[in-house]
Amino acid sequence: MNDLGAKNKVRRDDYYYRLKQEIEEFLYDEAELLDQRNFREWLDILSDDLIYFMPIRRNVKFGTHNEKENTREGYDISWFEEDKWTLSKRIDQIYTGKHWAEEPLSRVSRMITNIQLQNVKPTMQEPCEVGIKSRFLIYQNRSETECNSFYGKRSDILRLESGVWKLIRREIILDQNILMAKNLSIFF
Amino acid sequence: MAENDNYSGMVDGINGLIDRQIFSNEKIYSIELEKVFTRSWLLVGHETQIPSNGDFITSRMGAESVILCRDSNGKIHVFLNTCTHRGMKVCLYDEGNTATFTCPFHAWSFATDGKLVGVPHEKELYSKSLNKEKWSLIEVSQMFNYKGSIWATWDKSAPNFIEYLGGAKAHLDFALDSLDGSEGGTEVFGGVHKWISPCNWKVPAENFCGDSYHNVSHISVDMVGIGPSAGSGEKGRRDNELADAQHLWISFPGGHGIHSAMKPANNEYIEAYKDNPIVEEYYRHCYQERELKLGERARIVPFVGTIFPNTSFHGRQPRALCSWHPNGPQSSQISRFFLVDKVAPKEVKDLVRRYYMRYAGPAGMTEQDDMENWNQATASCSGAIARRFPFNYQQSMGDYKINDPVPGMVSTQMTEENARQFYKCWASYMESQDWKKIMSHPAQTALGNDT
Repeated sequence: MNDLGAKNKVRRDDYYYRLKQEIEEFLYDEAELLDQRNFREWLDILSDDLIYFMPIRRNVKFGTHNEKENTREGYDISWFEEDKWTLSKRIDQIYTGKHWAEEPLSRVSRMITNIQLQNVKPTMQEPCEVGIKSRFLIYQNRSETECNSFYGKRSDILRLESGVWKLIRREIILDQNILMAKNLSIFF
Repeated sequence: MAENDNYSGMVDGINGLIDRQIFSNEKIYSIELEKVFTRSWLLVGHETQIPSNGDFITSRMGAESVILCRDSNGKIHVFLNTCTHRGMKVCLYDEGNTATFTCPFHAWSFATDGKLVGVPHEKELYSKSLNKEKWSLIEVSQMFNYKGSIWATWDKSAPNFIEYLGGAKAHLDFALDSLDGSEGGTEVFGGVHKWISPCNWKVPAENFCGDSYHNVSHISVDMVGIGPSAGSGEKGRRDNELADAQHLWISFPGGHGIHSAMKPANNEYIEAYKDNPIVEEYYRHCYQERELKLGERARIVPFVGTIFPNTSFHGRQPRALCSWHPNGPQSSQISRFFLVDKVAPKEVKDLVRRYYMRYAGPAGMTEQDDMENWNQATASCSGAIARRFPFNYQQSMGDYKINDPVPGMVSTQMTEENARQFYKCWASYMESQDWKKIMSHPAQTALGNDT
């Protein structure tokens, strides 16, 4: 167990690593579903009460980052503040074959790294809910030569529902101020 | 063609032909920055973004960064965000509160009213030469607070903002007034969409000035249904509040193009926002209040519009003001803020906020498809062969009336007249015409009636 781990108050013992491996597999499977464009299967791993949130990020004075850097869930206009219903609408839109921002479909590869567990409830031995921090690097190529790279951080919460992990919360921190891509037409 | 400066020739409204080079040519773009964006009135922000003394946001006019701030006495200013000494940005933040703007480079320091108040080693180095009064932050020539929205121009001789708006004012009001018809009373949600889109700025400006013909490009979102009653099973990207209305495409002096609609004489309320009964009740109540307040005028209901050159608005679903900032011949930097009645209940604010997010901007299901079209349409304009072939703007040529049934140059069928007038006005700026010529327009008498 290292010092950083101690600060995060999660004991890095065998149970931690065993659970981490399971969670990593979940996240890689999820990325695979999206990269392979199995969007409707992806919906199945989302809990019915999912919150999917991506704030807009501002340049603010040192010392005011905590309160001012990101737009607020529940109050402000953000890039995304979605639930499972709106995400399913986004997927239905792709399936019309007339959603020109994703027709023809983008080529997308998602790399998920720096996975660390946090706030495992109730216990590491018998977890029902897991908080996860990770980083993403997403490469999008569409049409002929259009490329976008999205780098950032994710904070996820997974919950065990009828013995299956489901995503109940995803906060996506995209490391951009003025969005440099013309669209956010992919899932994060 | 760009070499002969015959801009009127490039935008041939008589034959309905527009030269593609105006969307791609580097020289034309740089001349636009000089001749269009230094003279016309540009949207900067909204007073509710800077409620307290010392509050500021940074924004943009043309291709340049500006600061919108409220000084220590509460007066609103718009400054170019550049130090008068060596040009560094004096404000590095999107928003905040400050007593001074201090340049990071050599630390010249400016008060929130723009005055130069601090020069390091002033006595030793500058006592013989510097008159600080003359080196304030560069301030716009005219600024106007219109129902909370802040507009500015670099041209002292430009008509005042109300005159510049002319008849378009009545339509911009729909976005800025409260839904119940009382004057003003709107506020901006926190969080400004800012993004870069690879399109010429005129493409989206034209899109919002009355291009209803592109409706078909949004078929995917209409099929799935994302409006404020979508949860109750309504299809479409918005509730069809205009179902029984006569759509109106109206061009005004100054190049402004509006798409509004007129309800039948009985002006019946069409149920909308059905996903939440409190929200539905609020809209119904406001609709009835508005009719009591405005009478016959309440029959005119909003859709979209563009205030020349690069400010567009959605009057209602989703209610917002947007600037298409020039960012190169084939790039726009876009910023948009969203409006809501200050007094609206929390349920209303929450529902419309979420609706705005799923509808508009780069993450919005509707506008994503626009972005793709604006991108590729712009890209085509640089082709050596493609640019020899003008775009077709011949829709509904001649099918308009003056001041009938509302003020302006009005068409009751889908038309590209608003676009033809937009580009005619653009050419007047590009050819350095005087304001009289810029404001000349078939509906000029309407302007006279309205101001």
